Amino acid sequence: MVILRRVQDTLGWVPPDCIPTIAKILNLSRAEVHGVVSFYHDFRHQPPGKNIIKVCRAESCQAMGALALAEHIKRRLNCDFGQTSADGAHTLDAVYCFGNCACSPAVAVNGELFGRMTPKRFDEVFGKATGD
Amino acid sequence: MATTVYIPRDSSAVSIGADDVAEALRREAQQLGVELHVVRNGSRGLYWLEPMIEVQTQAGRIAYGPVRAEDAASFFEPEFLLSGEHRLRLGPTEEIPYLKNQERLTFARVGITDPVSLDDYLAHGGYCGLEHALSMGGAQVVEEVTASGLRGRGGAGFPAGIKWKTTLGIEAKQKYVVCNADEGDSGTFSDRMIMEGDPLVLIEGMTIAAIAVGATRGYIYLRSEYPDARMTLNLALDAARRGAYLGGNIRGSGKAFDIEVCVGAGAYICGEETAMLESLEGKRGMVRFKPPLPAIAGLFGQPTIINNVITLATVPIILDRGGAFYKDFGMGRSRGTIPIQLAGNVKRPGLIEKAFGVTLRDIIYEYGGGTASGRPVRAVQVGGPLGAYFSESMLDVAMDYEALVAKGGILGHGGIVVFDDTVDLAQQARYAMEFCALESCGKCTPCRIGSTRGVEVIDRIIATRGAEKSESVELLRDLCDTMTGGSLCALGGLIPLPVMSALRFFPGDFGLDGGTKT
Repeated sequence: MVILRRVQDTLGWVPPDCIPTIAKILNLSRAEVHGVVSFYHDFRHQPPGKNIIKVCRAESCQAMGALALAEHIKRRLNCDFGQTSADGAHTLDAVYCFGNCACSPAVAVNGELFGRMTPKRFDEVFGKATGD
Repeated sequence: MATTVYIPRDSSAVSIGADDVAEALRREAQQLGVELHVVRNGSRGLYWLEPMIEVQTQAGRIAYGPVRAEDAASFFEPEFLLSGEHRLRLGPTEEIPYLKNQERLTFARVGITDPVSLDDYLAHGGYCGLEHALSMGGAQVVEEVTASGLRGRGGAGFPAGIKWKTTLGIEAKQKYVVCNADEGDSGTFSDRMIMEGDPLVLIEGMTIAAIAVGATRGYIYLRSEYPDARMTLNLALDAARRGAYLGGNIRGSGKAFDIEVCVGAGAYICGEETAMLESLEGKRGMVRFKPPLPAIAGLFGQPTIINNVITLATVPIILDRGGAFYKDFGMGRSRGTIPIQLAGNVKRPGLIEKAFGVTLRDIIYEYGGGTASGRPVRAVQVGGPLGAYFSESMLDVAMDYEALVAKGGILGHGGIVVFDDTVDLAQQARYAMEFCALESCGKCTPCRIGSTRGVEVIDRIIATRGAEKSESVELLRDLCDTMTGGSLCALGGLIPLPVMSALRFFPGDFGLDGGTKT
């Protein structure tokens, strides 16, 4: 997992071509390595967009309007959860809890976490972070 | 003389601007030539007041909040100059009723000290527990933990002392201490607060556990959603090593122990202890059969103590003040204190550490001040995504392992999420099944397939009427029964709790008799 994480940190995703190499080094079957890559939500099977936006969909954020916020963000980015916008600019991920529940709802833009998010604040933060 | 100002480094406080506030205050001080000593502490857990800053005065620490970066200049106006009247003044921090009316044992230092300063930790009673443990035998340490009545705070509530005793009694070349820091339950953040606000107390707790049972290697399995906690943990580990509180010869005792932080990769199931072990071994996070218990054959097949962050972080105070001291708090079989995390639609969200026995109603109204939206409270979920939904009329139940089970719920990791009257419990039940489908490891059929079928059945209940509806309700009950009885771990086994409690207490939301749909 440390190797896979490093691959993803470097390339942004885990390309299928690297699996046989990792399997060989670790003396595992390709299926075993593929099994690990596909099990964990963090590992990407496609290259992500330039900006990665993560939105919490869990209960505390739901109670504070995360569903409406998510709809707003989907429209703004022009893509659904788990997708990258057609122009390759933005990837939208669902997260089930950032542990930021006391400042719900929570959104992360390119790794930076923001609490007490509203559609208006999202537009500000998103614009500032991405120049979009 | 420099004035000391405390500004939290807690990731929640930072998510609403604490870094910007720190930067603005520093800049302002520099321009005015005021000497300012900024300490980035943990959060006090009064999240509705965050970013909350504290100024050290002769009369103790005075809190101000919520502070925005734009407010920085106002703290340096001549008539104020970091003391005196200010529109954001909250008074002495310790006198804020929300904090004053708590019993902070595990969280005694969180928000007070600089989390990564060993000196600060030692000055506030840190490592007294370890000193005692080193002077006692392993069996005596385990006895003290058993006597305190400490139970697993991760959710299962298993007595920590009994787990430790099992591992102590086994001869093995290698034993491990693993800290479960995969705090995946939504509505919970106490582990994160400890790791970001007082990581040394967790390190001390793990060290005591290791010394008690003869383990030499420790791992903290941390979820990847907590990058700040990883940083503070690593800084604290370095500080502990420099002070010889970790390493080959702990404080000259001849005992060796060291800890490594391992980061997960986004899988809720890895909070289940055996799935976590698989993940630590670099495999898919599939749940293992028990027995063998991890205490006998855990990580790499060796005897392993697995405890949650809060459990381990509570060990130092037990060894410092004695098991009897800790046991004095609480009620029934739930001894000591529980860090309650109040979140969702609530006016004053935050961390409330109280002796077991406080009622949900007191927490939500006395501490929480009701909903943030100002609308009536309609439903409360206790214990994370696997916890039951309670209706407003049921809130007099005490926070206690057994009392919550008696009401059809669980204490879980102590998270409470409040919903106002706009919530649709049929949708929440559907969400629970959807979440289970997404996070199931796939080992047990009832959980793997049942959760997807559950979403479909709930959709059918919502969409249909008459005989078809009642048949679907029967089917859902039957499915939940199968999942409860036929799943190895708590995910498949407990997901019926939120589903069935929603159906039972809020039938109107499913379009059934006996309730009103809002």
